[in-house]
Amino acid sequence: MIRYISARLLATVPVVFGVTIAVFSMLYLIPGDPVKMMLSEFQTSPEQIARMRAQLHLNDPFFVQYGRFVWNGLHGNLGTSIRDNRPVTQEIFEVFPQTVQLAVAALVLASALGLALGILAALRQNSWLDIGSMMVATLGISMPSFWLALILILIFSLHFELLPAAGGGDLPHLIMPAVALGLGAAAIIARLTRSSMLDILRTEFVTTARAKGLRGRTVVLRHALHNALIPTITIFGLQFATLLTGTVFIETVFGRPGLGRLVVEAILNKDFPLVQGSVLIFALAYVVVNLVVDIVYAVVDPRIRYQ
Amino acid sequence: MAETLASRAAPAAGAHARTRWQMLAPRMRRHKGLMVGLVIVVFLALIAVFRDVVAPQNPIKIDVTAALQSPEPAHWFGTDQYGRDVFSRVVHGASISLTVGVIAVAIATTVGTMVGLVAGYYGRAVDALIMRIIDFMLAFPGILLALGIVSVLGPSLQNLMIAVGIAGVPFYARLVRSTVLVAKEQLYIEAARVIGVPIPVILVRHLLPNIVAPIIIAATLGMGITILQAAGLSFVGLGSQPPTPEWGRMITEGRDYLRDAWWISTFPGVAIMITVFGVNLLGDGLRDVLDPRLRI
Repeated sequence: MIRYISARLLATVPVVFGVTIAVFSMLYLIPGDPVKMMLSEFQTSPEQIARMRAQLHLNDPFFVQYGRFVWNGLHGNLGTSIRDNRPVTQEIFEVFPQTVQLAVAALVLASALGLALGILAALRQNSWLDIGSMMVATLGISMPSFWLALILILIFSLHFELLPAAGGGDLPHLIMPAVALGLGAAAIIARLTRSSMLDILRTEFVTTARAKGLRGRTVVLRHALHNALIPTITIFGLQFATLLTGTVFIETVFGRPGLGRLVVEAILNKDFPLVQGSVLIFALAYVVVNLVVDIVYAVVDPRIRYQ
Repeated sequence: MAETLASRAAPAAGAHARTRWQMLAPRMRRHKGLMVGLVIVVFLALIAVFRDVVAPQNPIKIDVTAALQSPEPAHWFGTDQYGRDVFSRVVHGASISLTVGVIAVAIATTVGTMVGLVAGYYGRAVDALIMRIIDFMLAFPGILLALGIVSVLGPSLQNLMIAVGIAGVPFYARLVRSTVLVAKEQLYIEAARVIGVPIPVILVRHLLPNIVAPIIIAATLGMGITILQAAGLSFVGLGSQPPTPEWGRMITEGRDYLRDAWWISTFPGVAIMITVFGVNLLGDGLRDVLDPRLRI
């Protein structure tokens, strides 16, 4: 197991290296002068542009700049935001916990709903419950989360005045964003759980369990579900990563402070150090989540370790 | 000469396609989901083509005297804060959203297929290099990659298509590569190689037609995600710019009027949902019919 984890950790190193190169190169890929683009909305003199170039060390060779970017990043310094003149890391870590909180809440909701629907649909295959829930799931996948968010605001905030429409912090502020973000993931989890359950219910060990005279509930929960969940774990991980980035839209709708909203505002404000910093943290979070999922997968399914 | 022999060595393309199509057509007709999806997509495509007939009112014409009118016979979906007809904007938006979806998926599949073909066929160092780059790209979730590209290129409808398209490339490249790895071991490819058919010809004439089914399935299923991503980026202001009647943009424009004019944001959202629903049904159906092993 330790060998598997170390091999997996080692495989992450080049990916992280690639991510830092990609994020750093963004500045070089901008058509034209990046400093002029960043300052396009301000009245600037050539001296100010020169000062900005010096501040961003843009006159140094590429690899010197990249080395400095990584070195500073390792020391928690991702530069200074152009708009607010504050350290990028400070801006990011002020709001990052709120994004994680939202993504976790959405994942919990999506898992509970998706698993329940998927299991019920599989147990009643081809019934109206099955067909109906899978149609709802396909609709759920097709629905834009930001639009669902607005419809929830319309119903629960503006019409019934039950939940706050904007802001962050406490539980009432979390309910609607988590539902809007999590329903699409619930639909995907439901579909996968259903197909995975159907496969398992047809296996011989389930037939054996039934033949032994075990209760239906014991067969489903103890024997079938345990095995059906293995492929679903990967989807949980992938969905968590998708939910993290889905916050880009949901935080914007609800005016919630978070990394998603921060990155959108940074792009709209052409605040490049902040864009680079937030994209880097998003990507690193994604890498870490995938790593954790792979390790959990290997713990749950020993066959993975031997491959 | 080499060409003729290779063509014989490969499954006879024309006849093969006909028999395969004859075999698939009844299965496609029997698949309810596929037919519903196909009807929705064809219906939307017709609306997009004949938008000026379906909705003759100018979708960007401002008329402040008609602002914020609720749905009524003169304006089926009401009017927005500038007095523009929402029905007309939704109908004209169909052509924009479908175009964005088709072009972005075309970019993703074309580039992804080329990269995957080369990586899968050549193997070794070429494959290793290409796949490392693909791994780096996959380290970014699709929407984040698209955000990064938009931030570099600047927000516009054209850049949105490029960004969402490029973000899809690694997915198709991986799919095509893995399919090529299996297909290139087949006897007809070896036969073509032995008689000296040039590699680009082997890739395009012999390998590609035999791996096209998974690409079609993935492209159709990917279209739904692409339309959602593009609408989302326009929604947060990083895609189409006013006054373009793009669905994601229209939803954001109606946000401030949600209490008094719910119709401005609601109808474009319903339009996105129906479109993606239709495309997803079509994709699921094609997968069931063309490659039943992948069914979930």
